[in-house]
Formats: sequence, structure tokens, C-alpha cells
Amino acid sequence: MNKPATTRSVVIEREMPHPPDKIWRALTQGPLIEEWLMKNDFQPVVGHRFNFRATPMPHWNGVVDCQVLVVEPNQRLSYSWNASGEEAADGLKTVVTWTLTPTKGGALVRMEQSGFRPEDETNYQGANYGWQRYLGGLERAVARLD
Amino acid sequence: MGYELVVSAVTNELFNSLADPTRRAIFERLCRDGEQTVRVLTEGAGVSQPAVSKHLGVLKHAGLVRDRREGRQTHYSAQPQSLAPLIDWMSLYSAFWRDRLDRLETLLNRMDQ
Repeated sequence: MNKPATTRSVVIEREMPHPPDKIWRALTQGPLIEEWLMKNDFQPVVGHRFNFRATPMPHWNGVVDCQVLVVEPNQRLSYSWNASGEEAADGLKTVVTWTLTPTKGGALVRMEQSGFRPEDETNYQGANYGWQRYLGGLERAVARLD
Repeated sequence: MGYELVVSAVTNELFNSLADPTRRAIFERLCRDGEQTVRVLTEGAGVSQPAVSKHLGVLKHAGLVRDRREGRQTHYSAQPQSLAPLIDWMSLYSAFWRDRLDRLETLLNRMDQ
């Protein structure tokens, strides 16, 4: 267990005027997940390995490696969210956890992505790794700015 | 993570300064080879020295290069840490999840109907 002590999380909370069981469906049914997140072969089964897939682009293979960690229907869902393929070794190793808490008008939706290491944040490592990887996608990104 | 997700999280200037292939080649060369003069950079750039100087001015304004005068020569070096906003995973994912939660809400509203 060499887990670094200094990992950080992204947390987003939002109250939604929908009951937890309905939000749960959107979080756990593959075709519904695809509508708001990405293509996937998710199954709500602990231990199930799956991928999120976006359109590949230069310097990103478009695939996120995941494994289901927690399934507590209508309450809590957790899966790993890792870089894949050749990018896996130096890439992200994070965990995404969804928590649903009933409220008077619906549910509080909490998304936490944890496990960001300091080296993930500024991943350029001088001239070799990182920025060269990312520059390839810039033109495409810039084209969308106009 | 795709680049389209980063766009909202970084300044347009940084993107625009690196969108030009010639400018990007100059910047990559400075990262690779270390400090260079305008004259040396021009030899490998395939464009005129005034054009190279203009590109360096744009890169400097974006914080991607630093200049240092020595006699009649100006030496340029890369400042790759200026690229950090492009690869700050935390802000990238913050923007990503906010966008996806918007889409989730849109979907939930549609499921009502």
C-alpha cells in the first residue's frame, strides 16, 4: 500500500428535482449513461471491468479504464477511473464516487473524483512528457473556439 | 481526457499562440534544444527572420518564452511551465463534470416526459 498521502479530489454537489431512484437509473443504465457521459459497457456489478469511450484524437486514445467498486442502489456508486493502454503507466489513477441523498424536493447529487496526485496536475515534466502529448490536440481545440 | 474539455478552462491566448504550426515548431525547438538566438531559430524555421521575431513576440506575450539580450543578440528560452493551465487535471475535470452534470439534468428532465 504505497498510496501517496497528498492526493486531492474534485467534488461537485448539485441538488436535482428528481427522486434518487430515477437519478440512479441515469447513473447505472448503459444507454442512459451514454446520453450524458460517454459510450460504455457499464454493469452495476461490483468487480465488473468496463470502459468509457470517446472519439480518439491525436495523443489521447479516448478510452478510460474502469472497475465497479461500490453499488448501493439509489445511494452510492463508485468506480475507478484510470488512463488506459500506453497512457496507463504515467496516467491518471482516480476513483469516481456518486452519492445520492434524498431531499425534500428531490436529491442531492454528489460527485467526487479522488486520487489526483501532485504529478497529475503539472504533468509536463520538462520538455519530454506531457506537453508534447497535448499539443497535438490544440489545433482541433482552437478550431472550436471560433 | 479530450481537448475539447480543456477549452473553457484555459485562456484563448495560450491556445491561439500555439495553434500556429510555425509558432509551435519554434516553441518545441526551444523546449528541446534550450536557449537560442533569433538567427539560429530562423535557420530552421523556413520563414524570414522578421516573421520569426513576430512569432516569438506572440509566444512571449503568452508567457511561453522569455528573452534575454546579450550585446546585439536576443536569446530566447522556453517557459514550458506556462503550459500548466492546459494540463491541470483538477480544473479540467471540474469543468468536465460540471458540463456532464448539466447533461445529466437535461436527460432527467426528458425522462419525466
